[in-house]
Amino acid sequence: MIWNKEMECADRETMRALQLEKLQKTVKYAYDRVPHYKNAMDKAGVKPEDIKTLEDITKIPFITKEDLAANYPTGLFAQPMSEIKRIHASSGTTGKPKIVGYTQNDLDMWGECVARGLTMAGADKNDIVHVSYGYGLFTGGLGAHIGAETIGATVIPMSSGNTQKQLMFMQDMKSTVLCCTPSYALTLAEGLKKAGLTPDDIHLKAGVFGAEPWTQGMRDEIEKGLGLRAHDIYGLSEIMGPGVSMSCEYNKGMHIQEDYFYVEIIDPDTLEVLPDGEKGELVITTIGKEGMPLIRYRTRDICYLMRDKCECGRTTVRMSRVFGRTDDMLIIRGVNVFPSQVETVIAKFDELTMNYKLYVGRENNKDTFELAVELAEGLELQDIASVEALRTRVDHAMRDMLGIGCKIRFLNAGTLPRSEGKAVRVEDTRKL
Amino acid sequence: MLIKQMSVFVENKAGRLADVTKLLADNNIDIKAATMAEAVDFGILRCIVEEADVAAKILKVHGFIASTTDVLAIVLEDTVGGLDRVLQQLAEAGVNVNYIYSTIKAAADEAVIMMKVDDNDKAIEALKANGIKLLCMKDII
Repeated sequence: MIWNKEMECADRETMRALQLEKLQKTVKYAYDRVPHYKNAMDKAGVKPEDIKTLEDITKIPFITKEDLAANYPTGLFAQPMSEIKRIHASSGTTGKPKIVGYTQNDLDMWGECVARGLTMAGADKNDIVHVSYGYGLFTGGLGAHIGAETIGATVIPMSSGNTQKQLMFMQDMKSTVLCCTPSYALTLAEGLKKAGLTPDDIHLKAGVFGAEPWTQGMRDEIEKGLGLRAHDIYGLSEIMGPGVSMSCEYNKGMHIQEDYFYVEIIDPDTLEVLPDGEKGELVITTIGKEGMPLIRYRTRDICYLMRDKCECGRTTVRMSRVFGRTDDMLIIRGVNVFPSQVETVIAKFDELTMNYKLYVGRENNKDTFELAVELAEGLELQDIASVEALRTRVDHAMRDMLGIGCKIRFLNAGTLPRSEGKAVRVEDTRKL
Repeated sequence: MLIKQMSVFVENKAGRLADVTKLLADNNIDIKAATMAEAVDFGILRCIVEEADVAAKILKVHGFIASTTDVLAIVLEDTVGGLDRVLQQLAEAGVNVNYIYSTIKAAADEAVIMMKVDDNDKAIEALKANGIKLLCMKDII
């Protein structure tokens, strides 16, 4: 089944004509309403009328997460708050989050995108969609939710956590489609096994997994452990949330909803646009978003594009899985973490030095996260409890800043390796 | 009557404690008593050395976290009930004991323990009144 055949199976000329029309509209709209775009375009000497072809988009400067931080909280909104119906947020590079605002049309568009994805997973109004993404500022929960509502399915807004209860609902309510992070899907599979149950005891047929990188090994384990077909979903809150692209039953990359997102792949160093098939940084332009339009947003995600025909019949461009990032952002248990956020926390403690290192790994398919930090002079060493009390305070401060817990290890000064140039702050041993 | 104790933060890593003892040895600092308080991934070395403040300074220069605090050195009879007699006096005086460890060397028939309490003055008064001997730094060295 295809949710919107007209858009998802449009021929290239039709799609490109529609994209150009929507791009021109978006550029003019953003230029007229958002000071950032007017300033940036004026500086680059480009006017909205200069966009005559899709390729002309390269005349417009990129927008980055630093620009989002500089315009915190709502400087990039193109509509007054009276038209903004929903706020979501994700981690920024400093203590401040990236705030995103949605108009009613934006929410409808989000529902449409996720509806197309859920349909790829074989879902329709007869399905029971079990949403185990977190609900809240994170776009996972409410993103999957709005898509499930759009296709008219029955939604169970479980949110994440409480595995026993999740399994009980899956059995008793006969959930057929599961939406969550891949690592949580594995936790559910383990929980099922521990409870002495098999995939035959539940009714899942498909899973929609995203918000963090995962491996083929994890996919195999999830499919076997829960007895379902796994689909990849991609998105980022700045752009909208999950649903920017999703993989169909042929699992040959994720179909991008091109009538809403114009994508480019650039070389992150030269900033030149690269041809299809070449790996580079994904740049997205929203064509149709009202609340916070983003033009040439540098996602920092590395992938490549595919335009060969997909067996499913959809003609939309597909993106490969994300191979890595061009910045220092880490995705740990689905949460975005920037080393700069950790530095903000450390700076608050006189007992700690700025010599620190983050260790990220994977044990039993779950992310591990540890902060090793050298102690500063002046810590009163009365007893073990005084050091443990400091550890507890650092732990709480980290949790407040990042939204996830991490193991904290104190080191003697001078024990972390020093490098000549830029310090190596992160050791990520996950194989993705 | 008070003895200065040095506390050093030590990561739980092979060789880290040896780094501390080497620094002390290289600087001709004798360890008269030592104990290790341990947590999962670190420990605190507590020790009695001559001129604890100087020793702490040397360690700090080399990146260790070290601080000093006052403890009591109490002489016990090396017989059944020796420690009990001391602790009963302190209990009666309402003094809370944080930790105890013993010295490396003591005279025959005697044992010397290092003790950290929550109220030094009260402890000294109670112990002296009951004829329990306390040592000064020079007695230990």
